[in-house]
Amino acid sequence: MPPNPTLIEKVAVQKAPLRKASLTSALRSSYRSGSLATVLLFLPPALLFFTLFVILPVGEASFFSFFNWNGYGAPHKWVDFENYIRVFNDPVFRVSLTNNLLVILVSAFVQVPLALWVALLIADQTRSSVVFRAIFFVPYILADIVAGLIWRYLFDGDYGIIGTFCRWLGLEAPEVLAQTGWATAALLVVVVWKYFGFHMALFIAGRQNVPMDVIESARIDGATRWNITRFIVLPLMRPVVVLSLFFSLLGSLQLFDLIIALTDGGPLNSSHSAVSYLYTFGIKRMRVGFGSAVGVVLFILCVLVMLFYKRIFMREAESK
Amino acid sequence: MKPLFNYYRWLVLVVVAGFCLIPLWATIIGGFKTNGDLRTNALGLPRQWIPDNYLSIVTTARFWQMLWNSTVIATFTVILTLLVSSLAAYTLAHIRFAGRKWIANYLTLGLTFPFATAVLPVFIRVRDLGLLDTYWGVILPQVAFNLSFSIVLLRSFFAELPRELFEAAIMDGCSYPRIFWKITLPLSRPILATVAVLALVGSWNNYLLPLVTINDDAVYPWPLGIMQFQGQYSTDWGKVLAFVSLTMVPAITLYLLAQKQIIAGLTSGAVKG
Repeated sequence: MPPNPTLIEKVAVQKAPLRKASLTSALRSSYRSGSLATVLLFLPPALLFFTLFVILPVGEASFFSFFNWNGYGAPHKWVDFENYIRVFNDPVFRVSLTNNLLVILVSAFVQVPLALWVALLIADQTRSSVVFRAIFFVPYILADIVAGLIWRYLFDGDYGIIGTFCRWLGLEAPEVLAQTGWATAALLVVVVWKYFGFHMALFIAGRQNVPMDVIESARIDGATRWNITRFIVLPLMRPVVVLSLFFSLLGSLQLFDLIIALTDGGPLNSSHSAVSYLYTFGIKRMRVGFGSAVGVVLFILCVLVMLFYKRIFMREAESK
Repeated sequence: MKPLFNYYRWLVLVVVAGFCLIPLWATIIGGFKTNGDLRTNALGLPRQWIPDNYLSIVTTARFWQMLWNSTVIATFTVILTLLVSSLAAYTLAHIRFAGRKWIANYLTLGLTFPFATAVLPVFIRVRDLGLLDTYWGVILPQVAFNLSFSIVLLRSFFAELPRELFEAAIMDGCSYPRIFWKITLPLSRPILATVAVLALVGSWNNYLLPLVTINDDAVYPWPLGIMQFQGQYSTDWGKVLAFVSLTMVPAITLYLLAQKQIIAGLTSGAVKG
């Protein structure tokens, strides 16, 4: 008569994890639990998509950027760094990067403070706060294209709000979007309009994470509203502010649709961003090599921003 | 609350709300005005309500065709993004295998750069696959560029699900694919909703990718259609404003229906830090 089978099983189960698994037994057990099959089934779709449409294209962009190529046939006209030299010597590209920088500055010094200010006024759960929160987020859910077209109308000198105001005052309405400098300023206004709701939502989430009891005890100790904000709430929200600035940086480097709809880069190519420059001078004219060089420059900028952010973030985490 | 602070709070909020809403108001009523009316009366109600601009748009097949195109592209993008990224995230969260860390790091490389950096090679890839002027030429690259962030979000959520559940399921002889389907996915609805919102809004509003991969206006998603329309009627602002207003309807409807999920989804970067 065989010994009690359940007992043997129990012992085996207990011993199994202790036994040092050989490769074959590891494979066998992973086969039995289905983990190997799962890995082989579940991972390839993601790897395939990602490699084919993300990683390879980035690699190809750096390869193409050394050619003079219109995209047809195989690239064969190797031109060394000529595309890069042309990009950096192009005054329009420099203007575009300056515009990107302006967007970042306006974001940091106008948009983010505005969003923070408003967020602190409506972070509670009163009905008015909930309604205003919903309103302020509306521009953000619209497509950039839509935002650009709406403001193209508003800034139109013949129609639009500016035109109406000026006629009320008896002035001749300026064509805001047709003048260099003013067109870029208009773009900055639209960026603030479109994106401040996003930053506000980040800040409201951040404000709600500030522990209530700290604020309560400060209030009991007689701290004023301003002091609570200044010495408790704002310092605790620092990480969210850093995050929000980081989003501004990345957002600026991607700015495209808004510009195409608002000014199309004009007048005189004065209101381009890096991406709309890439589109107008690389893609539209099928200059694959040149456009790829711009893409690579953009890529390097993004990586730098990312590293910069990581360093700051690490320092923030350490100082806690 | 002190009354003085209350006045100040309301003043600020009302001014900012005006800044947000007046442009939208001017756009929507602008669609009901004649061009002469628009010229002299940008903010007020129309002197005479003219529904023609709106009617002439909603009665054309082209308008509905491009909304349909965008809907198809967005639907497939959301489904494929959810499917592909949750499969990968599940594997990376729950199964130990050689090279797991390496693959996880590889799949998050996409967080570093935006689509624009690779747009030309993507165009060439789509062309060589014969997918120009098709829905797939937009859907596939969109899914690929959604993966990194979706996998990061899903994987950290999956990893925080209670371990005991999995151990118990495995003891009962439940296979990994079954666990995925019966336990992980049903427990992960909130994060799946977040990923879906991000993919949906990103696809619905995408302009650059279809701009390069679609030329045939029968396949135009609405952002391309609206720019084409604007090019055609550039001086006829009444028509353009009506068109813009109509394209805002789906976005605002969805926002009113699922405001909480949408705000949480679009700001999910904050949660992850």
